[in-house]
Amino acid sequence: MSALGLLALAVPAFLAIAVFAAFTARQAGAGTRVYGACLVIATLAAIAGLGALSAAPTTMVLPLGLPWLGTHFRLDALSAAFAVIVDIGAAAASLYAIGYGRHEAEPQRVLPFYPAFLAGMNLVLLADDAYTFLFAWELMSLASWALVMAHHTERGNARAGYIYLIMASFGTLALLMGFGVLASGAGGYGFDAMRAAHPTAWQAGIALALVLIGAGSKAGLVPVHVWLPLAHPAAPSHVSALMSGVMTKVAVYGFIRIVFELVGPPEWWWSLPILIIGGITAALGILHALMERDLKRLLAYSTIENIGIIFLTLGLALAFRANAMAAGAALALTAGLFHAFNHMLFKSVLFFGAGAVLHATGERDIEKLGGLIHRMPISSAAFLFAATAISALPPLNGFASEWLAFQAIFVSPALPQWGLKLLVPAVGTLLALAAALVAACFVRAFGILYLGRPRTPVAASAHETDRFSLGAMIVLCVLCAAAGLLPGVVIDALSPVVQALAGARMPAQSATAWLTIVPVPDAHSSYNGLLIAAFVAFVALTSALAARALGSSATRRARLWDCGYPGLGPLSQYSAASLSQPIRRVMASVVLRSRERVDMPPPGMLTAARIDKAIHDPAWDWIFTPIGLAVAFAAGKFNHFQFLTIRRYLGLVFLLLVALLMYLGLGT
Amino acid sequence: MIGDLILQGVQMAIVLLLAPLLTGVVRKVKARLLRRQGPPVLQPYLDLRRLMAKEAIVADTASWLFVAAPYVIFAATWVAAALVPTYATGLVFSWTGDLIAIAALLGLARFAQGLAGLDVGTSFGALGTSRELMFSTLAEPAMIMIAFTVALVAGSTQLSSIADFMLTYQAGLRVSLAMALLALVIVALAENARIPVDNPATHLELTMVHEAMVLEYSGRHLAMIDLAASLKLLLYASLIACIFAPIGLAGTGAGMGAMLIGFITYLGKLFGAGVLLALFETSIAKMRVFRVPNFLGIALMLGFLGTLLLFVSRSL
Repeated sequence: MSALGLLALAVPAFLAIAVFAAFTARQAGAGTRVYGACLVIATLAAIAGLGALSAAPTTMVLPLGLPWLGTHFRLDALSAAFAVIVDIGAAAASLYAIGYGRHEAEPQRVLPFYPAFLAGMNLVLLADDAYTFLFAWELMSLASWALVMAHHTERGNARAGYIYLIMASFGTLALLMGFGVLASGAGGYGFDAMRAAHPTAWQAGIALALVLIGAGSKAGLVPVHVWLPLAHPAAPSHVSALMSGVMTKVAVYGFIRIVFELVGPPEWWWSLPILIIGGITAALGILHALMERDLKRLLAYSTIENIGIIFLTLGLALAFRANAMAAGAALALTAGLFHAFNHMLFKSVLFFGAGAVLHATGERDIEKLGGLIHRMPISSAAFLFAATAISALPPLNGFASEWLAFQAIFVSPALPQWGLKLLVPAVGTLLALAAALVAACFVRAFGILYLGRPRTPVAASAHETDRFSLGAMIVLCVLCAAAGLLPGVVIDALSPVVQALAGARMPAQSATAWLTIVPVPDAHSSYNGLLIAAFVAFVALTSALAARALGSSATRRARLWDCGYPGLGPLSQYSAASLSQPIRRVMASVVLRSRERVDMPPPGMLTAARIDKAIHDPAWDWIFTPIGLAVAFAAGKFNHFQFLTIRRYLGLVFLLLVALLMYLGLGT
Repeated sequence: MIGDLILQGVQMAIVLLLAPLLTGVVRKVKARLLRRQGPPVLQPYLDLRRLMAKEAIVADTASWLFVAAPYVIFAATWVAAALVPTYATGLVFSWTGDLIAIAALLGLARFAQGLAGLDVGTSFGALGTSRELMFSTLAEPAMIMIAFTVALVAGSTQLSSIADFMLTYQAGLRVSLAMALLALVIVALAENARIPVDNPATHLELTMVHEAMVLEYSGRHLAMIDLAASLKLLLYASLIACIFAPIGLAGTGAGMGAMLIGFITYLGKLFGAGVLLALFETSIAKMRVFRVPNFLGIALMLGFLGTLLLFVSRSL
């Protein structure tokens, strides 16, 4: 069977599991069966996607959906690459959930929607007409909404679900209108008609803006990111991992599919809004994450940052392509796709780790944890590994993709437009700033959560998580290491996608000596993750052995020293808030209007001192709160219409009729 | 091939063996400037030997990370230092990592150091980590922007290629390079915990940063961290020397004589860097912690402006 058939078959298979789960969810062992089946199907789909990466595009039409349109499927390199990303993430989440899902109090609220969510995401990748695409997009949104609402009685979750629903509908509306604009130029809702058509500059510009809102809101671009840090953490942890690691990638796929392929040849100025929004998203997202004390919300904000990086590289790729600089476009696009793959890997591990902590302690607030490395040795090591990778530290995969992004910026002075010449260095600074802030963010997250002394009894009595969960984390960590040590393999695997979208591919990396990656041959810039890893590991091991052999090998365990004050309790440790206080004071006081108020009682008073901190998200302050107030105001005014007499209603109907007739009369 | 490997090995050995000497020179010159006798120049070696011979004391709240961190810090710093050309460019492994990778390797060392500061669960360690994080969030992007500036002039982010290009003196005097040099000096001062950002000789909790993070370390672990700190100082001295003062550096494929000259000039450059650093440190006061972001912000701005100038001047 063809890869397309196999991937298309995965969708009804997932839906069948969803139906099965709806009837059996309350039975014992239902979770294992559902997640086990999802694991098998997702693994097969990932393998099929991998096989289809370098194959020629295949299409399929099914007589479903709208009668005059049918349902069009198409599998090309781009779909296949994202199918690999989605289904590896789905397989890992399913494996994790075999263990983690056992602790679910109400499995009937999770099990039926989980496979439906996977089906929706897989269907988006295969859709080849606007109707199927939007149907799949909505299936994905609604299934994930149901999963967000799984624990609807927990504080804040209902609000998160409400805001998510509004934003998701709004995003789909924007996409619908975007497709409408494209279809009006193409004369049809099929993607091949849109590909063949050349929209006018106006149509293309409007479609770009609408897609940026529609796909961007699902991906979490500033300022339409506000739902993401609320909704992603509210879902069960394996679903959080899917939403953050995988669903945002489906949104990236939608953006690439439409903007790089359907809208037609790019203009250079398209890249301006994408670069600006991408840069701001990266910096703002990670600054938020640094201020956050809820572990899962911290990870969600970090997702926003990574999405910013991906969109930034996509903006660069568009700028290069508009200027017919195919090599630069290939480099930037490879960096973006590589980072999308990487982010799926490490963000899933981080959410899995968060889920393990949540299950072991019942606590998401890092201020109440600490010292978990002693009681959760394996999951803490996996979390540390993923944190190192996401912090873009060599030799792991996060560094490899960010290094490519930096190299793409390094080629961009050749861009001829002044707007880009002035913007790209600023965007490069934001990228560098974000990269540094990520490292700080994850030192803080890991340090407060796992290191130090336990701050509460629940942290002191935590236990390691189950084997399935650990297995899922370890598998993804191994993939992180492989992608970091052998980035050339990933770059070469992505080359068919890049060739199709950018018109060129990066130089073949498998041919270079020692598996070094060389993005631009004449610049002599190169990076070899394998050798760096080998050197660092070798030096660390030999130095540890040499230090013991040449010097003293005696080690004594003693009470901590702490400059001679060892008796202070665990609460004398730095908290997460105090650890990030310098950064809050220096950066967040401007960007996020962070304020702190110290309430110090006068000497002699026995009341406790207080410190109040507040941070504001500019997107809420400037956009969504005013919109909410305007809607409430308008609703208040229109409320009067609910209490009119029948005469007035009839009068209104009459007036409307007159107005419509006049419009018709004047119009013809 | 064997010869190439030996030359690479010599480079790795040189940086490791010379690093404590540079620290010793700086201390000695500083002491003499203050009209003190000062410890012998070789004192850092003696300190390392003494620390190695002592038993290591590990707090009972420490995890495996506390014990592993010194070796990771040392390894990452040493590999980074070995990637910077000292006496010759174009060594066999010089293409392993570029300037961005060197900055990121130092980031890896800082990551491990910051976590180690939090591991035992004392307020001092976390205080150091907290401040270090704030400094690094400005120093690291500044370093990347410096890398951009230099790379745009030289046409590569590969340090060996940059040094080769600088050796030809095609770059001439450029405003961007001057900005990059100034920014790099600021970053170097901050990264090496020197005055005016941090004071390597203090143990006063109001001011210390680096020393606070390593407060719980002793014995061979402390020796590793001290050696890594010396290596980092040497790395920045070599980095500034190979980009902005490549004179004497043996180019790619040069013979033994040129390499010998390169080595002797390298020693001279290191000595010069040590004296300049000591002079600078004795003539300036330490800043308040919350002044440091302004200081580092200057470096970031200079790096940004240097890059921007080069972007803009491409079309002129």
